[in-house]
Amino acid sequence: MCQCHEKSDLTLIEDVLKEYADQKGSLITILQKTQDIYGYLPIDVIYHIAKRTGSTPARVLGVATFYAQFRLQPIGKYLIMLCQGTACHVNGSERIEAAIKQELGIEDGETTADGLFTLKNVACLGCCSLSPVMMINDETYGSLTPDKAITILNELKAKAEEEK
Amino acid sequence: MRIIVGQGSCGIAAGAQKVYNALENSVASYSDLTLGITGCIGMCYLEPIVDVYEGEELFARFVKVKESDSKRILNAAASKNLDGVADILIEDEDKAFLSQQTRIALRNCGIIDPTSIDAYINAGGYEAIKKVLSGMTQDDVIEVIKTSGLAGRGGAGFPTWFKWNAAKESKGEEKYLICNADEGDPGAFMDRAVIESDPHTLIEGMLVGAYAIGAKEAVVYVRAEYPLAIKRLQKAINDAKAKNLLGENILGSGFSCEMRIKAGAGAFVCGEETALIESLEGERGMPRLKPPFPAQSGYWQKPSNINNVETFANVAWIINNGGEAFAAMGTENSKGTKVFALTGKIKKGGLVEIPMGKTLRDVIYGIGGGIKNDAEFKAVQMGGPSGGCIPKDLLDTVIDYKALGATGAIMGSGGMVVMDSSTCMVSMAKFFLDFTAKESCGKCVPCRIGTKRMLEILTRICDGKGKEGDIELLEELCLAIKDGALCGLGQTAPNPVLTTIRYFRNEYEAHINEKKCPAKECSNLITYEIESDKCKGCTLCAKKCPANAIFGELKSAHAINQDMCIKCGQCVTLCKFGAIKTN
Repeated sequence: MCQCHEKSDLTLIEDVLKEYADQKGSLITILQKTQDIYGYLPIDVIYHIAKRTGSTPARVLGVATFYAQFRLQPIGKYLIMLCQGTACHVNGSERIEAAIKQELGIEDGETTADGLFTLKNVACLGCCSLSPVMMINDETYGSLTPDKAITILNELKAKAEEEK
Repeated sequence: MRIIVGQGSCGIAAGAQKVYNALENSVASYSDLTLGITGCIGMCYLEPIVDVYEGEELFARFVKVKESDSKRILNAAASKNLDGVADILIEDEDKAFLSQQTRIALRNCGIIDPTSIDAYINAGGYEAIKKVLSGMTQDDVIEVIKTSGLAGRGGAGFPTWFKWNAAKESKGEEKYLICNADEGDPGAFMDRAVIESDPHTLIEGMLVGAYAIGAKEAVVYVRAEYPLAIKRLQKAINDAKAKNLLGENILGSGFSCEMRIKAGAGAFVCGEETALIESLEGERGMPRLKPPFPAQSGYWQKPSNINNVETFANVAWIINNGGEAFAAMGTENSKGTKVFALTGKIKKGGLVEIPMGKTLRDVIYGIGGGIKNDAEFKAVQMGGPSGGCIPKDLLDTVIDYKALGATGAIMGSGGMVVMDSSTCMVSMAKFFLDFTAKESCGKCVPCRIGTKRMLEILTRICDGKGKEGDIELLEELCLAIKDGALCGLGQTAPNPVLTTIRYFRNEYEAHINEKKCPAKECSNLITYEIESDKCKGCTLCAKKCPANAIFGELKSAHAINQDMCIKCGQCVTLCKFGAIKTN
């Protein structure tokens, strides 16, 4: 989805820029705080940050695209972080991934059309004794099987439906 | 009596917070019970863990605790009667997990409250920095570290004193001490456990280091994926500052040092010290050419010293107990202890700290209790994407930088992932190359393109499209990348491939020549089939198949539509009759 014509509320990051714009070496911190505010990094905000920090949009975008933490697209209500660490790999994370992709019809990094789920493979969540593991928003789910993973997704779907 | 709930990240993931909340709801009605938290004791496989202390003595340890156990635990603690809780008490066999270890870096982990500076001080904390500031010179400190033989625990094993001395000798007033807590190896969580469980140990070790090199500013670069570690470390820094253990004129000694946290943003290459410096400066984390080394020109082009969390976690102990005491442990070329994160197909996974010189067998079978489901041990992966796989006949290799290096693997930062016969070693190599190819920063060609080409070859081998000569081509690429890459990431990226070819060449050959995966893992090389004589027609597999690829009537044998099957293996795990066979 193209976000070239986005009009974000730039005043939201004014406090962050006031504190960090003139501090050398703080671009990553600014981007982290920006993402906390908007949920992602809107392209017009990136231009704004470049202007205020005396940098170029290319440099800011270069940093934003280098690090796995930053995203340029909004995410779904539930962010599925599927651990692909070594212990999870050995304990079958690929099968969990296949089942989730099949169930939701999305690939890694994509969001479902209803805006409910975003799937993201991550390096290691560090809960290796519970592998395979996924984290959805702040909740960790361990000792997964394909079946268990899908049951969890269905429960979240039902929950979102109720909230509507 | 004190009730203590282990609250490291993995304990919380296993449900420790819910257990804590349940205990908190009822504890007020017991007049002589208090509730508190601690970090990670390292017995991940038994989480959530609740300890009951009488004074300083451990009265009882409960494992795999559920919320519904909270009342029972409180009653048992209040009455000092364990009759009603025998089922959740730790077993003697599991006590051996800890008793076989020697804990220095982890000495306080899982024992003290990581959110309380007083708990650390009561455990002898901040004595080392007092000792250093009351009369030791910079050279005295470096000499003690030299005697101890402490080497970098991040993986490279470079002598710590040498780096400190180089930074101390560098000219300039402005110097920086940096802690690398960008623990990126998948399957490793030693540093996270130390910061979450005993953040003051890190602060004190860093203070000693800052004094030794003459730095007035210290920075901890922590992985963004470790929010709890960041939170606890920030509290610890604030508390230390409030007690004048950080900041201006520390304890009236004239020595000043500020400390701050910088959260990383998710890039494995930032574990490389010059890439870490770039990232600290707010740039893309791309490594710099060395020399100049950071000791001469690092953060903002000033002399800088970078050590890993575990390295710093040993420092206070060494200052308090002397370099000789540390050097008394270990082997000729590797002194002291090392922490490992023991995971994978292991019965008792968790954090293990042992003196150097123990064997891999001691760790995997002695402490770890052997392989899950008593399966056959196949290999242990050490050092993550920079390391290698060590096979069964080298299980008696001693844990020492040199001996492990000779196997083609490395000591690494401490990831130890155990594999059984169900793990395909070609797929394992592919897994790591997929990781390094994604994490390559792209600055140098050998790493950027070389890892990609290797990944392509490994992928086609796993897909059953491998060609004759692929193994030799991989070997050639490995050597070229090792020689040509700019930084440690690229130079070590071939290790997982080289070691698996060295020890498991037959598996590569089976994939290429016979189009077979001996471990039955590579999905393009296997099919699932329902054995009609064993199938009872219970329909469970058909109902649960995520691809709806299984069909059949109730009470009659089912079959799998091979075109629709996504090879998730779900049916194999579900079938109660063992009717689904992997070909």
